[in-house]
Amino acid sequence: MTTMKTITNTLTFSAVDPDAGLKKALTKSRADVIAEMNASGLKGRGGAGFPTSVKWNLAAAAKSDKKVVVCNADEGEPGTFKDRVILADFPDLVLEGMTIAGYAIGAKTGIIYLRGEYSYLRQPLEAAIEKRRAANLLGNDIAGKSGFSFDIVIRMGAGAYVCGEETALIESLEGHRGESRNRPPFPVDTGFMGNPTIVNNVETLAWAACILAKGGDWFNSMGTEQSAGRKLFSVSGDCARPGVYEFPLGVTIQEVLDDVGADDAKAVQVGGASGHCVPAGDFQRTLAFEDMPTGGSMIVFGQDRDMLEVAINFLDFFLEESCGQCTPCREGNEKLLEGALLLQEGRCSMGYLKNLCALGETMQLASKCGLGQSSPNAFLSIVDHFKDEVLGRTAMAPIEG
Amino acid sequence: MSDKSDTKQAASRAPVSQRAFTVEKPKDTTGIGSQVSITIDDREIKVPVGATILDAAKELGIHIPTLCFHDDLCVAGVCRVCVVEVEGQRTLQAACAYPVTAPINVKTHTRKVRQARRHVVDLLLSKHYGECYACVRNNNCELQSLAKEYGVDHFRFGHPDAPIYDPDESSYSVHRDMNKCVLCRRCVRTCIDLQEVGVLDAAHRGVESRIETFLDKPLADVVCINCGQCVNRCPTGALKANDPTDDVWAAIDDPAKHVVIQTAPSPRAGVGECFGLEPGIPLTLEMNTALRRCGFDRVFDTNFTADLTIIEEGTELIQRLHTALVQKEPVALPQFTSCSPGWVKFIEHFYPEMLPNLSSAKSPQQMFGAIIKTYYAKVNNLDPKDIVSVALMPCSAKKFECNRPEMNDSGYKDVDYGLTTRELARMISEAGIHLPEVPKSPFDDPFGQETGSGVIFGASGGVMEAALRSVIELVCGIKVEDLYDHADIIPVRGFEGVKYAEITVPDVGPVPDILAHLVPNWDWLKGATLKVGVCHGTANAKKVLDDIRAGGKFSECHFIEFMACPGGCLGGGGQPIPTTAEIRAARARAIYSEDDRSEVRKSHENPAVLELYGKFLTDGPCGEMSHKLLHTGYVPRGKYIP
Ligand SMILES: Cc1cc2nc3c(=O)[nH]c(=O)nc-3n(C[C@H](O)[C@H](O)[C@H](O)COP(=O)(O)O)c2cc1C
Ligand code: SF4
Ligand code: SF4
Ligand code: SF4
Ligand code: SF4
Ligand code: FES
Repeated sequence: MTTMKTITNTLTFSAVDPDAGLKKALTKSRADVIAEMNASGLKGRGGAGFPTSVKWNLAAAAKSDKKVVVCNADEGEPGTFKDRVILADFPDLVLEGMTIAGYAIGAKTGIIYLRGEYSYLRQPLEAAIEKRRAANLLGNDIAGKSGFSFDIVIRMGAGAYVCGEETALIESLEGHRGESRNRPPFPVDTGFMGNPTIVNNVETLAWAACILAKGGDWFNSMGTEQSAGRKLFSVSGDCARPGVYEFPLGVTIQEVLDDVGADDAKAVQVGGASGHCVPAGDFQRTLAFEDMPTGGSMIVFGQDRDMLEVAINFLDFFLEESCGQCTPCREGNEKLLEGALLLQEGRCSMGYLKNLCALGETMQLASKCGLGQSSPNAFLSIVDHFKDEVLGRTAMAPIEG
Repeated sequence: MSDKSDTKQAASRAPVSQRAFTVEKPKDTTGIGSQVSITIDDREIKVPVGATILDAAKELGIHIPTLCFHDDLCVAGVCRVCVVEVEGQRTLQAACAYPVTAPINVKTHTRKVRQARRHVVDLLLSKHYGECYACVRNNNCELQSLAKEYGVDHFRFGHPDAPIYDPDESSYSVHRDMNKCVLCRRCVRTCIDLQEVGVLDAAHRGVESRIETFLDKPLADVVCINCGQCVNRCPTGALKANDPTDDVWAAIDDPAKHVVIQTAPSPRAGVGECFGLEPGIPLTLEMNTALRRCGFDRVFDTNFTADLTIIEEGTELIQRLHTALVQKEPVALPQFTSCSPGWVKFIEHFYPEMLPNLSSAKSPQQMFGAIIKTYYAKVNNLDPKDIVSVALMPCSAKKFECNRPEMNDSGYKDVDYGLTTRELARMISEAGIHLPEVPKSPFDDPFGQETGSGVIFGASGGVMEAALRSVIELVCGIKVEDLYDHADIIPVRGFEGVKYAEITVPDVGPVPDILAHLVPNWDWLKGATLKVGVCHGTANAKKVLDDIRAGGKFSECHFIEFMACPGGCLGGGGQPIPTTAEIRAARARAIYSEDDRSEVRKSHENPAVLELYGKFLTDGPCGEMSHKLLHTGYVPRGKYIP
C-alpha cells in the first residue's frame, strides 16, 4: 500500500548526517550522552512533554541487564500523522535514536510498537533494520564499540488508542489486554516484563539522534525557555494545505494557520481528541509546554462547523476507545455524550449541564490514565468557548438531570 | 502465619494489569530504616516504604472508602472510589494503589475528593439495575453502603429501569446477575490469581466492558470449579450461590417428608457472623436448637461421616501402600484426598491424568447422604423416598456435588439439597430466631457422637491431622499423645499455602480387628517414613501438582490433602461475607477449640462409626458394601468443554 505524499515544509531531519549522532554518542560515556540530552532541553514529543534526559537518567540508574527501549509508534491520536511521515521518510533516524537511547541507558533490546494501521510500514522498517544489522549499526559491538550490543524488533499494535499510553502499550506488548497500569511504579523501573523500560515517541527518538549529531546547545537555542527546540505538527481540517509542518516551539496558533492556509478558522483543536479546543480569539496563544502543550495534532474548524457536532464526535471516539477499566472514564464519557445529545436536542437544562461539567472535572482528576483524564477536555472547552452556539438549540421541553 | 502473603504471591503470576506492584526498597541512606513518613489530614505517621496510602490511613484510623480493593487480592485501582489528594500531584490518586516511597502530604476529604467519590457512586448506580429489598446482599452490600455513605438521595446520572442482561442460572452452584455488576474485577482476580482457574475475565472495552466467561458461555459449560470464592469477594449481589431454601422450606412444610439435615463443622464456626457476632464464636449447639425450631426432623453432625471418611480413605491408603511396598505392583501414589468437591472438579478439568491418585472415598457429605437413605432409613423404618436429606455446608461446590449423576448409590438422590451457611442464617432469621440467644441442644443419635478429628476437617490440614491420628494409632499400636503433645499434630496445621511433613513409624503394633481382613501384619511399615503434604486454594494445588509432574518432593509423598478454598472449608464459598485472612484465622481458632473440647478426638474411636461397621458395613472398611455406598469414580473433563 502506498499513501499520497503528505505536504511538509523543510524538515530539519533531512539535513542531518546519517549516523553522525550515533558515532559521536559512542565516543562519549553513557553519562555524557545523557548530559548532552539534558543540555538540549528536549521534552517528550508524544504529548506529555516529560524531559527526555530525566527519563533516560532514571532508566540508566536502574540496575538490570534486561532494560528495554520502546519506540512508541502507535500514533493513535486523531489528527496526528507526523510519526507516520517520520517512519516513512526517516526510518534510520528513528532507529539511530533508539540505538543511542539503548547505549545511554544500558539496554540491549529495542522494540518498535507500530500502530496496526501502519502495517504497510513494517516491511520497509524491517528492511532498514536488516540493513543496519549488515552495516554493524545494530547487533554486537556496534560500530566497533566493543561490549555495546543492541537490536530492534517490531511489534504490531491492534488498533486500540489506549495502547499508545505507555503502560497500556507495555501490557499489550506482554500479550495482555491493553489497559493502563497503576503508577507508580513507573516503566523506568518496572516496565516490559518487569524490566526497566523507557518508552519514547518516534519524534523524540529522531530528535535525540539530531541532538547527538549537532549538540544539545544547537537544539536548545531554538524554541522557548521551557520548550526547547523544534517540533513537528500534523495539521488537518479546514485549511488549504494540510500536512506535516515543523516549527520552533513557541510558535503561535495564528502563525501556523497562516502557513497552512486557514484564513477563515473558527477554532482549532490542539492536541487531538484529548486536547483543547481553542477559539479564534485565542489564536495568539503559543504552542509550547508552558502554554498549549501538544503532541502535534492541530485540527482546523472553519466557520460553518457545528462545534457541538465536533464535541459529540470526540466523545464518540472516547466511548469507543476507553479501555473500560475505571469508572470515571468508562461511564463518564457515556454520560457526557448523552448530555451532548440532549444539548443538541435543546433538552439539557442548565442545571444538568453544570452537573456534566463537574463530572468532566472528576474525569480529569480521578481517571486512572491519561485517556480518561483528557477525554472531557474537548467537550469542556467547547462548552466553555462556544456556550451560545451549544446552548442555542431549538429548545424542546428541558428535562432535569 | 496468615495466608495473606501467600495469596499476594500467587497474584504476582497473574495478568499484569491486575498484578500487585512491587516497589524496590530504596537504599537506606538516612539511617531511619525502611520507614517513610506520610501526613494524612494533618496527622503524621511512619510506615514501611511501599505501604500504600490506604495502609497508612488504616493505621491512623482514617476511613477511606474502597470498592475494588480486597485484602486477599492484588491491587486493581479501577473503581476510583478511594481517591485522595496528594500534594503536588495534578490528579487525584487511588489510595489503594499508591505506594508511599517518599514523604507525602495527603488530604482525604477535600471538595475534589468528595465530588469524585460521589460521582463514582453516581456513575455506578447509573448502570446498576437491582432492587435492594429483593437482593441477597441487602444490608451486606458495599455498593449500598457507599451510596449511603455518600448521601445518594437521587440518581444524578439516571438509573436503568429494566434489566439489561439475563441472569446466568445455569450452574448448580453459582449464579451471576451482571445487572448488578460494578466491574470491580474482584471476581476476576479471585478466579485468576487466587484460584488460578481463570473462568472469568474482563471482555470488550469502554462502555461495552463486561465480566464474561470464555465465549460468554453459561457458567455450567465452562471450567468453573464451583468454589464460590468469587461470590465471597463480590461486593454486590452480582454473584450469589444457587439458593435452594424455598425447596427446603417446602420439604419441611410437607408432613409426608422426613427432613434431616447434616451440618458440617465450618458453618458453626462462621454462622455467628451472620448474626452480628465477632468472627470465631462457634454456635454449634445453638444451631441444633434453631434447626429443630425451623422444622428439621433430625439434626446430624457431618463429623460422623468425616470420621468414616478417615477410616475409608486411610484404609485405601494402606491398601495402596501395601500394593506398592509389599506386592511391588504399580499403584497411583501419592493418594490425594477427595473431600473438597471444588478440588475434585479442578483436577478433573486441569489434571485429568492424575485422577487415579484421587481417593475413591466420597466426601463426608455424600457418605452421609448414602448412609441416611440406607442404614438410617432401615433402622428407623422409613421409606427412603420420603426422606429429604439436606446438607449444611460452608461450600457452594457441594451443591454441584450432590447433583452429580453418580451420587445416587442409595437408589435415590443421596443428598437432596446443599445449603450454605449464609442461606441457613436466612432461614433461621426467617423463622424469627436470633441464633445467639437460643438454648443449646445436642445432635441427634445415632450419629451424634462426634470426634475432634471430624471437627478439624474444616481447617486446612485438618483431614491430614485426623488421618495421621488414626494411622499412627492403628499401625503403631501407641497413643498419638506419645508422639505429639495433646495429639495436636502441629506440622500440618496453619495457613501456609503448601505444607510438607514427614512422620516416621517408630514401631508397629498388632493389626486391629477392623483392618484384619486387609493385611496380616504391619512389619512392612516398620521404620518407614510417611511423607505427607497439605495445601489449600487451587493455586497452591497447582503448585503441588506441577511439582509432582516435575518429579519434585511432593511426587515422593504418600498422602496429600487438597482443599479448593483458601484456608480450607472455613474459608469456603458458602461462608459469611466478607472474608479476610483475619476472619478465617478466627474461624480456625473456633474449630480447633471445638476439637480441644471433644471427648473423643480420633476417628477410629468414634463408637457410632464402629457400630456402623459392626451392624451395616459388615465387610469392613473398603469392603464390598462400603465400596458400593461410600466410594465413587471421577470424570476426566479436560479444559475444553464442547
Ligand atoms: C491515551 C493515550 C494515548 C497515547 N498515545 C500515544 C501515541 O500514540 N504515541 C506516543 O508517542 N505517545 C502516546 N501517548 C503518550 C505516552 O503515554 C508516553 O507519554 C509517550 O510515549 C512518552 O514518550 P515521549 O516522552 O517521548 O513523548 C499517549 C498517552 C495517552 C494517555
Ligand atoms: S482512564 Fe479510561 S482508558 Fe484509562 S484506565 Fe480508565 S477506563 Fe481505561
Ligand atoms: S447489589 Fe447491593 S445495591 Fe444492588 S440491589 Fe443488591 S443490595 Fe442493592
Ligand atoms: S466459583 Fe470459583 S472457579 Fe467458578 S468462577 Fe468463581 S472463583 Fe472461578
Ligand atoms: S461480578 Fe461482582 S466481583 Fe465481579 S466485577 Fe462484578 S461486582 Fe465485581
Ligand atoms: S478501591 Fe482503590 S481504586 Fe478501587
